[in-house]
Amino acid sequence: MQMYDVIILGGGPAGLTAGLYNARARLKVVLYERLAPGGQVLTTDWVENYPGFPDGVSGFELMDRMKSQAEKFGLEIQNDEVMRLDLSESKKIVTTAGETLETKAVIIACGATWKKLGIEGEERLMGKGISFCATCDGPFYRDQEVAVIGGGDTAVEEAIFLTRFVSKVHIVHRRNQLRATKLIQERAMAQEKIEFVWDTIPVSVLGETGVEGIELKNVKTGVVSRKAVKGIFVFIGTIPNTELVKGQLKLDESGFIVTDDNMQASVPGVFAAGDIRSKLFRQISTAVGEGATASYAVEKYLEKSLTSS
Amino acid sequence: MSDIMQVTDETFDAEIMKSELPAMVDFWAEWCGPCRMVGPVVEELSKAYEGKIKIAKMDVDKNRQTPARFGIRNIPTLILFKGGEVAQTIIGAQPRSYIEGELKKLL
Repeated sequence: MQMYDVIILGGGPAGLTAGLYNARARLKVVLYERLAPGGQVLTTDWVENYPGFPDGVSGFELMDRMKSQAEKFGLEIQNDEVMRLDLSESKKIVTTAGETLETKAVIIACGATWKKLGIEGEERLMGKGISFCATCDGPFYRDQEVAVIGGGDTAVEEAIFLTRFVSKVHIVHRRNQLRATKLIQERAMAQEKIEFVWDTIPVSVLGETGVEGIELKNVKTGVVSRKAVKGIFVFIGTIPNTELVKGQLKLDESGFIVTDDNMQASVPGVFAAGDIRSKLFRQISTAVGEGATASYAVEKYLEKSLTSS
Repeated sequence: MSDIMQVTDETFDAEIMKSELPAMVDFWAEWCGPCRMVGPVVEELSKAYEGKIKIAKMDVDKNRQTPARFGIRNIPTLILFKGGEVAQTIIGAQPRSYIEGELKKLL
């Protein structure tokens, strides 16, 4: 069996940065990504808060650049799915669809997926008007009314993006003020096509063969109302992609991987970086920083295990 | 550019609905990030199942009728066909093992 120094899982900003550093350190490293690299940034139309790009950069371009930079220094990227991880202090086994690999260290950077609403009608109408990606599906709603659920940066930015296509966006938020960055809020407030529905949660999705509307409830007054919308875009937070590590690593109450300051998880030699990690703020810039930290912590870990063995 | 078959509103019926082989169509667009992520997986599968399942792509930006006919409002969407009927619909960028599991049911 081939022995790697480190295997990186996930090809978003955290994984690609860790791979860049580990490849430059001449470690025996491979990165596994089950789809094409890029991660959730690929659903972002325009990135304005990643330093170094004063006019912003498209999510596509930024991730193409991160990928080619890592590959330039020799990072091997495998488009293959990891089916199983066996993580212990003494042995770390990565099983893909085709082979079994052994590695001294692992960096888990598998990211997170959008949380569903969990309300009546959602499953039935999945793919028929419910969306988690405005840049993908916005053009299907030309001149129609849609709802955006959520009040964070993504929800409000995507609502602004949708105004390019739709006739009206109702931002439905459970509180009476947004969590989004002030600048983003100001832009949304200035948009004539955006209307805010405060203190309100969705209770059911209406429609049989396609979304016809949404039933809402005001959390302060208890009043139930309906909005006729053809599309519902959901941005109410994320759930981590931790299927492979459940039961093997310590997770927080929301299921994100708990690490120390050096990105090490509860098993020595296992590190986590990016959106999958338990932390305050999920950004491209924080993911990149954590990827770099994890890669350096791996080097230190390998040196230590070399001297102790 | 890949050599995977591209179908259009004009060729869809002949190529897919009347196909003797089971078929899968990847509805995608240039602007869609998750479409780019699942694209290479679809291309790999088209090679792996050559001669057994006809796998094609349709650009929803250039072809509006077929996506509307199948009520597509999310991309990527993969629709699996058998004998001119929809056998399965896969929404979003799903991993290869999942897509392949659904493809195998067509054989």
